[in-house]
Amino acid sequence: MLRLLTLCMCLSLLSGTPANAAEPVPIVASFSILGDLVHQIGGDRVSVDTLVGPEEDAHVFDPAPRDAARLAAAKLVVINGLGFEGWIDRLIKASGGVPRLVIASVGVSSHRALIDGREMTDPHAWQDVSNVRIYARNIADALISIDPEGGNVYRANLTRFDADLAALDNEIHSAISAIPPERRKIVTTHDAFGYFALAYGVEMIAPQGVSTEAEASAKDVARIIRQVKSEKIPAVFLENISDPRLAARIAAESGARIGGKLYSDALSKENASAGTYIAMMKANIRELTKALMP
Amino acid sequence: MTSSFSFFDLLITPFTDFAFMRRALVGSIALSIGACPIGVFLMLRRMSLVGDAMAHAILPGAALGYLFAGLSLGFMTAGGLIAGFVVALLAGLVTRVTILKEDAALASFYLISLAGGVVLVSLRGSNVDLLHVLFGSVLALDDNTLLLLAASTTVSLLALALLFRPLVLECVDPLFLRTVSQSGSVAHFGFLALVVLNLVAGFHALGTLLSVGLMMVPAFAARFWSSTLDGTILTATLIGMISSGVGIVISYHAGTPTGPTIILSAGGLYIFSILFGRRNGLFLRLLPRKHLAA
Repeated sequence: MLRLLTLCMCLSLLSGTPANAAEPVPIVASFSILGDLVHQIGGDRVSVDTLVGPEEDAHVFDPAPRDAARLAAAKLVVINGLGFEGWIDRLIKASGGVPRLVIASVGVSSHRALIDGREMTDPHAWQDVSNVRIYARNIADALISIDPEGGNVYRANLTRFDADLAALDNEIHSAISAIPPERRKIVTTHDAFGYFALAYGVEMIAPQGVSTEAEASAKDVARIIRQVKSEKIPAVFLENISDPRLAARIAAESGARIGGKLYSDALSKENASAGTYIAMMKANIRELTKALMP
Repeated sequence: MTSSFSFFDLLITPFTDFAFMRRALVGSIALSIGACPIGVFLMLRRMSLVGDAMAHAILPGAALGYLFAGLSLGFMTAGGLIAGFVVALLAGLVTRVTILKEDAALASFYLISLAGGVVLVSLRGSNVDLLHVLFGSVLALDDNTLLLLAASTTVSLLALALLFRPLVLECVDPLFLRTVSQSGSVAHFGFLALVVLNLVAGFHALGTLLSVGLMMVPAFAARFWSSTLDGTILTATLIGMISSGVGIVISYHAGTPTGPTIILSAGGLYIFSILFGRRNGLFLRLLPRKHLAA
């Protein structure tokens, strides 16, 4: 019996497929984008549960007792960090502690944004694809350490996914460089795109603060309209989880083009255009190109 | 600041420069004309808190409309109206056939409606913060919303003119009205329908909770200036319109969120009226001895 078991384990190590395929490692990711990253690296060896699902807003997430139970059942919890999940400490305490917590953004050079005179760390680091390559490595390291048997699978998946990310990074750079430099600026209702702006050279102007909780004042709106007019900003974008009426008003008044959806903090529901991280970034770049090309 | 900075720049330029400022002003003035007279009747009938209760009753209906059709003016309006009418009718029915008084019946049904709405919304599994969506945006009034505000005001004014005599009678001597006419309950339900209509129209601009503020606070302030019903209604409407204008201008210059600033302006006028009102203002009440001596 023991010999048989050893044989099985050897076989599984050789072939690189999980011997216990019926029992994937339970992992909780804080929001949908991280959930997809974990799924890309973990493949069938893991089962991913996300606290804040697709098309939901992590800024106003209100943890329920059910979520604490989901955390307690996990072998590994993956969060973004940089202050994005303000509710995670309370939730971990409520669930009685988690076996292992991974902050995916460790090693990312975070940038700070000045919002209403207050400087704070911008948590939306995944909008720069080179940061997500770091995320992927951190997630792979964590998976290998809690499930060493799957090490080869995780390493192979990481290599494949990292190549995809590198290709995506190139694709975004070349798409932006095709747009005339003076047209590389947009207004969007939610300034989650600070990292995107820095990495790819598109100027993003937002009528609201970095959090979706802030309410815009007449002064802010007037300033944006004035700026759109004077700097000839070609397009105004609506975000998938913020009040679109305000952006529509600004577009109508300033004469800018209304862009489609830009995904910032959440994937779309499955089968839609932005069901995975890579699909989401491609959808964004399609919309940007469409709105900014003369 | 240049030397050309003046009264004109402070008050007029924001409205000549920006269409959204004109729309905000027109919308909130329309709302004042419809809602403030209703607030006066609510106050005189000692139903000042009914507006608050109805606002909570409307919220889940509007939220359901939002869940079905997104940020659709029609669905959210219909949902709010239906929820408000149902609560008003059920409360009236219970008041008439059981021992419960009207305040108790209304409170019970609005609480049930609110809780039911919250449960339905969370059954759909969405974490989008509906209070944020339903906060209204007086800065983003489009043509359809303005038409809705104007239509609701027109209907309320016509209906108030029709119901005026029975309403006044119900305020001063409901028993007499019951002996001479059957129109009491028609007037009562018609009036509650007007409350619902104005709150539903108001939440597109100010949000459900703040639209109660524009309905009630000017009525309270007007009590300190006029002793006749006509005078109180006119003064309340005037105070509502002034608060709207002042609030929008302050929000433009000081950068405060517009809806709350409008209500705070009304609150400021209310406190001023308590202190310096021509009728029963605290200052005049401290002075009468001098008048007698002279």
